[in-house]
Amino acid sequence: MDLVLDIKDLVVHYETEDSDVHAVNGIDIAIGKKRTLGLVGETGAGKTTTALSIMNLVPDPPGVIKNGSIMLDGKDVLKMSDAELEAMRGNDVAMIFQDPMTALNPVMTVGEQIAESLELHQNLKPEEALEKAKEMLKLVGIAESRAYDYPHQFSGGMKQRVVIAIALACSPRLLIADEPTTALDVTIQAQVLELMKDLINNRDMSMLMITHSLGIVAEICDDMAVMYAGRIVEKGTVDDVFNNMRHPYTEGLFNSLPNLKEQGEMLEPIKGLMPDPSDLPPGCAFAPRCPYATASCSEAVPELKAVDGSKTHFVACHAYSRPDFTLRRNKNEQ
Amino acid sequence: MAAKKRIKGRTMFQETWHRLLKNKGAVIGMAFLALLVVVAVISPFVFDYETDVIGQNLAMKLQAPNSEHWFGTDEYGRDLFARVMYGARYSLAIGVGSVGFGLIVGTILGSIAGFYGGKADDIIMRGIDIFYSIPNILKAVVIVSLLGTSTINLIIALAISCATNYARIVRASVMTVRDLEYVESSYAMGLPTWKIILRHILPNCLSPIIVQTTLLIGTTIISASSLSFLGIGVPAPAPEWGALLSGGRAHIRGASYICVIPGLAIMFTVLALNLLGDGLRDALDPKLKK
Repeated sequence: MDLVLDIKDLVVHYETEDSDVHAVNGIDIAIGKKRTLGLVGETGAGKTTTALSIMNLVPDPPGVIKNGSIMLDGKDVLKMSDAELEAMRGNDVAMIFQDPMTALNPVMTVGEQIAESLELHQNLKPEEALEKAKEMLKLVGIAESRAYDYPHQFSGGMKQRVVIAIALACSPRLLIADEPTTALDVTIQAQVLELMKDLINNRDMSMLMITHSLGIVAEICDDMAVMYAGRIVEKGTVDDVFNNMRHPYTEGLFNSLPNLKEQGEMLEPIKGLMPDPSDLPPGCAFAPRCPYATASCSEAVPELKAVDGSKTHFVACHAYSRPDFTLRRNKNEQ
Repeated sequence: MAAKKRIKGRTMFQETWHRLLKNKGAVIGMAFLALLVVVAVISPFVFDYETDVIGQNLAMKLQAPNSEHWFGTDEYGRDLFARVMYGARYSLAIGVGSVGFGLIVGTILGSIAGFYGGKADDIIMRGIDIFYSIPNILKAVVIVSLLGTSTINLIIALAISCATNYARIVRASVMTVRDLEYVESSYAMGLPTWKIILRHILPNCLSPIIVQTTLLIGTTIISASSLSFLGIGVPAPAPEWGALLSGGRAHIRGASYICVIPGLAIMFTVLALNLLGDGLRDALDPKLKK
């Protein structure tokens, strides 16, 4: 398969004077051409750090990329020079940030802000860039005349549309969306997701969608990876994971969603808290919270293994060394 | 053009201007400053420097204000009106010059310290703290005595005080703005660092800088006059307001107007600048936005 992004064994630590935070601990992610990967996990699982690593933007200090390679169209981002990085950012990879309220510069018109990256990467003259910026605005459903307005004159949903327009202006090959709809209300969320889906389908573009909403993953992703305490615990196509989940943590995530079929049922949260990333438990990081955990779970870190010989579906769980093991959720459905 | 459209297209500058015009004090201040600028610009065309401003005429000395000499004459018979009008040039040039110079230096130092933090911050800010700990007048006295008495040296001496002020303000603002998400997103856009500082960070630090500028010009004019009063500012016989005050000192019993009039000129100028500064601060403060 033609890979746009191929992350191998990425390790990122935040090193401060009194602790060493293990944010990302050896993850492998690959995104194919025109594919959308959903990266799911709790707050603090290392999703955003992974995203920032792709652009080599992990705040340093305290962030240190310890190990790994991030191949972007066959070139290692971690070995790029500053000039190469600047040429790559915004042009090959663009990022949509979480909070549209603060993602726009309050003293520049939105037209100027969209035109800025066009001027930078496509060597357009200011007037040409502004024309193109107006086209981008139209594309995300905002009247061209509003290019001369300032961010405070836009609503939250419209600001996120502007942010999307900025990100898509140079037609990047990879779009990273870091919880793009978290700050928006549900109606606007649906509009923005619909818009992103359309725009991506019309272009030769791949996307990394970072989210903690399984609904968004089901809506727009092709593949998904579940992240826990800096590791990928399960990955596969959306169909693999939704209909044939294997990891107890994935099960826990789904159990904490309300069930439409049996309304009124109590939600079943995952007990406990995510471990402190500066003091991870030995072995499987999920073991202390896992209802299926045995003593052997705390001995070694489980590796990602193919599920029933599948080429797409992988899970990192020791329990599957026992031939008769199945998750409760899967049992009920059988 | 339709009124609705105009409101929609209002820039932040226009909004601030609009709010500023609602503030009576600020309008009075601006009007006085505008008048002062006009006086400073036209006085060389109205008065001849050699004859009217510094030309002595002992026969006419120490005349009280009358129809011919509106502000009276000084101990050498020089027309005080011409000297005070001409003096506006010095006060404004020194005020604007040293604040402008200090603004550039202070902004550069402050943004480097605030943006990079760490060692750069320590070195720059501790250096500035050392300068800051010396009283302004003392600092200026030392610098002027080292460089020699001249208007340019006076501007340099005062600019150093201004630069320390600006460096602190700019550093604080830059530290707040540099961590905001739109700065992060401009990195993700691939902008080079200097462009991020210039286009995204500094424009968002502008309000405290503008307010500080108006207030600082006022303080600087007072400092310049004080130094001239002490005899280490603008060299005689140039009609700097502080020097005029100093010159009239000996005659304060008999001809108090020689001191009072330049004193009033200093007072009104600084008052106007402070009124404008206060007005600007209110107009730029988003908490007062309607």
